Parts: sequence; C-alpha cells; structure tokens
Amino acid sequence: MPYEVVHQDVLVIGAGGAGLRAAVAAAETGVQVGVVTKSLLGKAHTVMAEGGVAAAFGHMDGQDTWQVHFQDTMKSGHFLNNAHMVELLTREAPDRVLELEGWGALFDRTETGEILQRAFGAHSFRRLAHVGDRTGKELIRTLQNRAVHQGVAVYPEIIITRLFRDARRIAGALGYRRADGRFILFRTPTVIVATGGWGRLYSVTSNSWETTGDGANLAFSVGAELVDMEMVQFHPTGMLWPPGVRGLLVTEGVRGEGGLLYNADHERFMTRYDPERMELSTRDVVARAISSEVAAGRGTPHGGAWLDISHRGAPFILRKLPGMRDQFLQLADVDITRQPMEIAPTVHYMMGGVRVDPDTCATAVVGLYAAGEVAAGVHGANRLGGNSLADLLVFGRRAGLAAAAEVRDDPQLSEIAETEVQLAIAEALAPLGRTAGANPYAIQADLRRTMSQYAGLIRTGTGLTQGLERVRALQRQAVSLQVTGGPAFNPGWNLALDLQAMLVLAEAIFVSAIERTESRGAHFREDFPREDPAWGRFNLITTRGGEGGLRVRREPVVGAEPAAARTERPATASSGGPGRPGGSGGSGGSGGSGGSKEADQT
Amino acid sequence: MTEAAQRAHMVTLHIYRGDQRGGVEVAYDVPVEPGQVVLDALEYVQEYMAPDLAVRWNCKAAHCGSCAAEVNGQPRLLCKTRVDAYGGADIHVRPLQTFPLIRDLVTDVSWNFDRARDLDPAFRPNEPPPFDLPQWEVDRVQEFHRCIECFLCQDVCHVLREHGGTDRYWGPQLMVRFAELELHPSDAGDRLDLLENEAGIGYCNITHCCSDVCPENIEITHDAIIPLKERVADRYHDPIGAWLRKLTRRPAASTGSGE
Repeated sequence: MPYEVVHQDVLVIGAGGAGLRAAVAAAETGVQVGVVTKSLLGKAHTVMAEGGVAAAFGHMDGQDTWQVHFQDTMKSGHFLNNAHMVELLTREAPDRVLELEGWGALFDRTETGEILQRAFGAHSFRRLAHVGDRTGKELIRTLQNRAVHQGVAVYPEIIITRLFRDARRIAGALGYRRADGRFILFRTPTVIVATGGWGRLYSVTSNSWETTGDGANLAFSVGAELVDMEMVQFHPTGMLWPPGVRGLLVTEGVRGEGGLLYNADHERFMTRYDPERMELSTRDVVARAISSEVAAGRGTPHGGAWLDISHRGAPFILRKLPGMRDQFLQLADVDITRQPMEIAPTVHYMMGGVRVDPDTCATAVVGLYAAGEVAAGVHGANRLGGNSLADLLVFGRRAGLAAAAEVRDDPQLSEIAETEVQLAIAEALAPLGRTAGANPYAIQADLRRTMSQYAGLIRTGTGLTQGLERVRALQRQAVSLQVTGGPAFNPGWNLALDLQAMLVLAEAIFVSAIERTESRGAHFREDFPREDPAWGRFNLITTRGGEGGLRVRREPVVGAEPAAARTERPATASSGGPGRPGGSGGSGGSGGSGGSKEADQT
Repeated sequence: MTEAAQRAHMVTLHIYRGDQRGGVEVAYDVPVEPGQVVLDALEYVQEYMAPDLAVRWNCKAAHCGSCAAEVNGQPRLLCKTRVDAYGGADIHVRPLQTFPLIRDLVTDVSWNFDRARDLDPAFRPNEPPPFDLPQWEVDRVQEFHRCIECFLCQDVCHVLREHGGTDRYWGPQLMVRFAELELHPSDAGDRLDLLENEAGIGYCNITHCCSDVCPENIEITHDAIIPLKERVADRYHDPIGAWLRKLTRRPAASTGSGE
C-alpha cells in the first residue's frame, strides 16, 4: 500500500499544552518541528483545565515562594514524587506563566494590576494564576498561535499507530489521516510524546474521547518504561446528574472561591475527614470522603454530595465562575447562583505514566521524549490542582529544547524497513477487513465498567485480581476486532486501534495496584488501609515481561527524603538561579521559614 | 416520528449520512434520557446502530467547539443542545453548510486555520511582560479570548455561506482574532492593511447574524467588527485623516483597494 512520507527534525505527537509548548521551544531553536494531533488544532483536553496554573509569584501572599510550592507538592504526592522534577516545576513555573503574556495571554488582575492568584486545594497560599474558569483555553490558544506563527507544521486529525526504532534510536512514526484513511510516515530523529492521559479507561471520567493512552502505549511498545501506574486521580467534583453529563468536571475553583460541601443531612462532612483544610484538602482525601458519605447512606438522591457556592452571591459567581454557571444552567437546569450542585468523584488525571529524565524528559529510548500528563514523576501519589498546567509548560519546554539539541548534535536519520511499514499498515487496516469479530464498542464498555468496579477509588486485592483477569480476557477478544464502514472518518475503526492501547494500560494499572500493598495518595486498598513507610521508598516500574505480559519491579524513589529537600532550599533560595527574574523577587526571605514550617509538619 | 419511536420512550433523529458524492438523511430511533443532549443521542447511534457515523467531538462541555453542526437548520454545538428542547419532535442533524463536507457531520474547516496562520503579525508586545493592567482592560480583550473556534459564526455569515466569499472575506471568527490583537493594550502590531485588503473587512455589512449564534455570547459585530471597521476607516477612508497624515508624513500602509 502506498503512503506519504514527511521529514521532520522533531515530531511532537499531541497538541495539548505540553505538545504545543514543546513545539514552540524546539522551533525557537531553528529546527523543523511538526505537531500531529488526533483532533483539530486547539481542541485538546487542556481546554478543559479550568481553575488555574500554580506558580509561586507571591502576588497575593508575599510569603509564598517556590520552596513552599515545592513542599506542598511533595507532601500532596506523599513523597513518591521525583524531588528534582518538583524543584524544576516549582522554580520555573512563574517564568513560564509570565512568558505566556508575552505571547498574548492575559490573566486576571489584582487591584494593582499584577497577575491575580486564587486559593486551591492543599496549596499553602493563594497561588493559581487564572482566567476566570477557563484557564486551559487561554493556555492552549496562546500556545497554538505562538506555534503556528513560528512555522511549526501542524498535522491535524492524524492518528499515529506505530513508532519505529532501530537498535540505536527512534526512527519515525506511522499514522493515518482520519479524513480519508491515507497513511503517512514521519521520518524523524526525535519524537516527543505529549498525548495526555487515559481517563477513558473508566466509565465515569472528565476526559474526552481522545484520552485513551495511545501515546503512552506507543512509547511503551518501543521500550520506554512506565512508572506509578496505580496512581489514578479521582477529581472529587464531577457532575452527577443528568446521566449525559455524568463525570463532567466541576472546577476546584468552586471550592477555591469558597464553595462548601454538604451531605444529604446538610452537614459539612469534611469536618470528619480533614477538619483543618476542610473543602480545600487534597483531591484524594476529598474524593474518598464523598464516597464514604455515600456508602454510609448520607448521599444525595443520585449518590453524591452537594457543592454550594450560592452564598457568595450572583455577581461574584458570574464574574469568577461564568463557565460553571452556564454549564449547570444549560445541561442540568441548575442555577448555581441560587442552588447547590450535585457532584461525585470522576476520573480526572493519571499521575503515573512514561518514565523520563527529570531535566530533559528523555525516555529509555534514544530520541524519544515524553512530557505532560503522559509522563510521570512530578505528581507522585496525588496531584495538586493547578500543577498540571505548570507541569506541561515547564516540562513541555524542557522536552522541546532537549529534542532540538539532540537533533543538532546527531541529525542522522535511522532507516525504517519497507516491510515493517507495510506490516504496520496491514495491522492497522485489519479490523476493516474482517467479516466477523468482536465489536470494539462492546469491549470498550466492558473495559470501562471493569476499571470503575475493580480499580476505582477503593480497591481490594481480590477485586484487583478479578479485574486483571477480566482485562486479560478482553485482550484475547480484542485480538480480532471487526468494524463496519470504510477508512474515511470512521470512529469505530479509530476505537478499534485505541482499544489496543487502553487494554495494555489497564493491565499496567492492575499489576501495579496489586503490587503496592499499602494505601498512599490516590491508591487506596481496603485490605491495606494504612500508609506504609517502607513502601514510601519505592516507585513501581512496569516493563514488558517475557511472554507479552507485564512485569513490575520496585525502584527507590529519587531524592524524596524531606530532609534532603530542606537542606537544599536555603542555598537555592538566595542564589536566584535560573528560576525567577521579575515578579516577586523580594519575597524569598520570608518564604524560607514558611517552607521549613511545612516540612516540619510532614 | 416512527412507529417504533412512538411505542417506547424514543426520539427519532434524522442524521445526514454521506460525503462529497452525495448523501441522505437516515432515521435512527434513540431512547430518551433525562437531560440528554444531541451528542449523547449521536453517541448512542454510534455504539448500537452505526459505528462508523462520523461526528467530531472532544470535551463535551462546550469548551472546545469541535461539535458544531446544524440541528433543525440552526447552527448549534451538539454537546449543548438538549434533546428535550424539541419536545419529542423529530430532530434533523446536518453538517455545517459553509465548509466542504468530509463525511456525515464532519466538514473540512481547515480554511479557518490557514487564515489564522496568515494573520500576521501575531501578538507583538510594546514592552516585555509583566504588563501592569487594570482588570477592565483585561476584560475587554478576554471577551475575544472566549472564542472556542467552533466556526458557527462562519457558518451563518452570509458573505461566506450564500456568496461563497472565502476568497474575499475571512469571516467573523477571524475578525474576533484580529480584535483580540488590535485591542490588546500592550500590542504594537499593525494589521490594518491586512484587515482592509486580504481579510476584506469591508464585506461585512453588520447584519449581526454571527453574534446571534455565538455559543460564548461574544458581541462579534459590536465589540470586534465595528471597532475594527472604525480603525480601518480612520486610516483609509477619512480624507481629513489622510491629509493630516500627509502633513505629518505618517504614511498609510496602502490605500483601500479591497472593495
């Protein structure tokens, strides 16, 4: 079968925040960059990010510094985070946010004209730069325009089905155009995978159809490792009713702006779970609290909790949360300026993912990088709200710079054998050619039920084992999927291919969750309900085993000792470093003590 | 409504199926659920009746603008259009009419992205950030940043839709993009020549149709197009201004030739 061939110096797969930021960074160095996206440009899941981007400017609270942000992040991640990545994240975030304004973004302002920051769960200070409740859209639009005007080549609505490598390095990627099914081969010395998470593995999720984990699986299939796969974040507040909107995100900004949680008895139940931080506790704690209230018979009519912001008054809500107001009014007939929202936890984010080098986002495969949600390391066992947007800016840029540098050092393209390409094309087309076989929609529905039932908020060893068996059974059925219609814009065919990735990642979640016999952050085991300090020293690495199955091994967490972080801080605080020109340089001194106080509590 | 639909609690959707070679509306009966939107119904059709039904969607929360189509002849976001709004009557779903059809409900909207690429210069700050700005100035620009690029406004713009004017006029969505740059308090770029000539702002005769369909309620005509028209008129169509410029030797980029 014929196919088109395109050459790029850097190929970015995924046009969300991380992918576009990587493309911008690489293009600025003068190399040729291409971005491939499954959707149209600007539609990626980053648009759903609502609350804001965490960056310790200290505009609202002068004591805030990157060190306090560092401590908040490590603590919320239950110290499974890679401490070096967290340092990079928290030191560089303010610069990354500020440069967006140089490219056309405009964040909400304080009375004195600085970037306004809002409170968010488990952030010690008001820290999230935001644009009402549509911060993600501001990021993606800014980066999209910046990328396009820097000459980045955009390939919309292309699905990558295979990565190629030789013994030495990555060699290219094969995909097809959704519009007509024609195949296209990208020959490139470097690939940056920035494809986001795999929330679609679950039946209730805030994620769009795209988040099937195909990028993680592509990287895994050529030799990258996965880490912390058991760590799946449930956002405490997803919409619950009517059924069509089940799982749709209700921004944490609602609680950040003063929203209160009640059970059916009109009781602020968070007093039982985290009396100090209440509604602004970490997401893992709030999500499990809601689920416990429902289990105890104190749930709302459809099995959730009430979230009420109406006491802040209509003018405030219309200004701070206009999107939420529209969303509830139009989709649920609820006016949040007068009525409470009915909410329940929804799968939102994957802390686990492709294992990368902290500084360069390089994977175990030469020439292959990963950034954003698809990569792991920054968030540990639980992600703080606002840290994902910071993550994709900081590490998207780092991946783009590193890939561009690699191309300049070693531009030699690796060969791709024609037989390999033809084999990959035939494999991709197989579901269209079969006259009988399993229906991908049915398998997807079964998989999503399985994940929600056995790998959800509350897990048990026996449940996880049952779930794993079910996933392996589905994998066997999915060997011969069959779809109707032709190759032109055929969602059934896309799903058949995405499903292969979803089934691999589902297995990885189960094998890791079975292995971690403790409860930590997002991973809660009823049979091991306590956090075990011995387990806190290890990340779980998933690789391919002998017979196609997956293998899990433990590796020591990198630099997660709180003491180490504490000694490091004073030195870096005063040096200025690469982190922080401009903005709030004067607040460094007082922040040191704030940070130490945080550290002492842990 | 078909007989089967009447028997159960069902609604009948007539969905356009076809491509460049032609197509027809095909009827599908879908069970009604509380709060269901048209996109839910289409997903049901995909899962149980027509797995190859082509429809674009992403966020399902009216944030991304992917699922623009025409429902009973009205340009709508499928994720925001409630089935119960039609009171049980049949619902006809067709693709956007301004752009070439790819398949079923999916059209080729690449023209819009090509024009966005041509919109040069991009943001050009007159000083490096941080910008010291009051909130009201931010709000003015933020109205344009609300655009989700769904292209519903392009679909109803009569210059583009009825007169096939994509070679003359870039349409309201790109005017919003121009406005976001031109009205940014810290922008120093000059795009008036582009606006007057290639982008053809003169073709808009302010019928307000674009503003009426905007799911983000951007006042496209009043807040974006009219201020832009004023700037273009000041430079290219104001004889006193032209005479003053001659006097002060501030050259206009070119004279109005786009009309």
